[in-house]
Amino acid sequence: MARHGGIADPQTAVRGTVPHRAEQLGLASRLTLGWHESGEPASLRTHRDRYGPAPRLGTGRHGALIDGVTHAGLTGRGGASFPTGVKMRAVARGRGPAVVVANGMESEPASEKDKALLSRAPHLVLDGAVLAALAVGADIVHVCLPRKREWLFNVVRTAVAERERANLDPVRIEVHGLPDYYVSSEESALVHWLNGGEAKPTAVPPRPFEKGVGQRPTLIDNVETLAHVALIARFGSVWFRQTGLAEAPGTMLSTVAGAVRAPGVYEIEVGTAIGDVLAMSGLHPDAGPILVGGYFGTWHDVSEVAHLPMAPAGLREIGAAPGAGVLFVLPPDACGLSETTRVLTWLAGQGAGQCGPCMFGLPAIADDFTQLASGRPKGPVLDRLDRRLAAVLGRGACRHPDGAVRLARSALTAFAADVKAHASHRMCLTGRRGQARTPALPIPRAHGAEEWR
Amino acid sequence: MKARLAVNMIACTGHGLCAELLPEVVALDEWGYPVVADRPVPHELSSLARRAVRLCPTLALRLEQAQGGPNPASAGATADRRG
Repeated sequence: MARHGGIADPQTAVRGTVPHRAEQLGLASRLTLGWHESGEPASLRTHRDRYGPAPRLGTGRHGALIDGVTHAGLTGRGGASFPTGVKMRAVARGRGPAVVVANGMESEPASEKDKALLSRAPHLVLDGAVLAALAVGADIVHVCLPRKREWLFNVVRTAVAERERANLDPVRIEVHGLPDYYVSSEESALVHWLNGGEAKPTAVPPRPFEKGVGQRPTLIDNVETLAHVALIARFGSVWFRQTGLAEAPGTMLSTVAGAVRAPGVYEIEVGTAIGDVLAMSGLHPDAGPILVGGYFGTWHDVSEVAHLPMAPAGLREIGAAPGAGVLFVLPPDACGLSETTRVLTWLAGQGAGQCGPCMFGLPAIADDFTQLASGRPKGPVLDRLDRRLAAVLGRGACRHPDGAVRLARSALTAFAADVKAHASHRMCLTGRRGQARTPALPIPRAHGAEEWR
Repeated sequence: MKARLAVNMIACTGHGLCAELLPEVVALDEWGYPVVADRPVPHELSSLARRAVRLCPTLALRLEQAQGGPNPASAGATADRRG
């Protein structure tokens, strides 16, 4: 079993049964163990029945777990794939007591995996956060969640209360609801918010591992990463490396959506061929290109990526990255150019409004895309876009503009024929002119005037 | 000593003074924000560069000693790491 209705909203049930070819297809159930039994969050008792108790660590730093995570080769599952052991060691070497932040913001609209994980196995994440805290010498864990997902907040709060009643953890756990702008899940934004500021990225250095929350060395890890830490602490690094690739071991959660029969969250071995992931989720025979990695990701023809492993090294050769594990297949009746335009317009409104090139450049780029998609370009729009994309790249304090540029550039390549068709005939390749197409990629509802604090 | 100009993009509000003082090193993009050439400030311009740093109305400009490695201004930007 590895497919799970991604969203744990009440209306979404857990779907699917065990595919027969599960093992050949690189499916695994480590994090997702027992998810199909119930769509409910696992209680502390259920959690212990599944995994056994977490190893007891006293207070003080624990090099052994850091060594274990390092040897396991675990990398961050939030998007950057940074080696978790390296990060832990840097924090453990810092001065004074450290802080752990569990990042469950999942501001990527196309990703469902962190919501699914937190709402099914909250104790696995909390185990990992507490064990990581003990390993790096932290006395507090902050769990950061988007303020608007109240049900998720309640699930985690309930789990924390259960642990408090059982007097389980030697460190304090605080659960926070943050503003959920796209940039608010970025590390320095979390630190800034936890320090009493707005959930906006800040200029670095200092990096959070040096001076983060309360000026203390701060370990910030995605919630899935922490769940893997909990399993490495129990079963060891050799066990962890039994699946996945030598250079990228273990399993990962992947959100598969769009033109597939069975969209949802899948746990796969890192390095499973993308074609296999799509096959097991029931790829539509006439599917369009695929968006790999999310809204900071890249568009590709399915044939270009089908043989490639879902892992950083294998995707690098085509300029792609697994990111947070999103695979979105464009439905046959959707227009990739229009979809990208919608996403770029949304991303332009999701910046923190701090850095000029991002603040002015992203709306300008989104406007150029709108002109391309509408087939009514003003002037040499492609030349203008080229210049603007280059002008914005690398010029923010955070990587928000860079992500938008990556998406925009890949769309210009993947949908080059559409760009031509829109421009010369004011007509979309996927349908007749003026025909309304159902939007495919999810765009969160407008914020109105949500606070940054 | 080789030094590079670096801009704190959060602090910068696009006054453009740096580009007026040091057009050899700083250009402005179409929105009026500085684009710093990716090379050390030439020796003969170093006093002008220090002046630009001093006069920047938002104190967004700084001179960093070049180590021959990547520009700290860009390397210092956070990765799109989300925990």
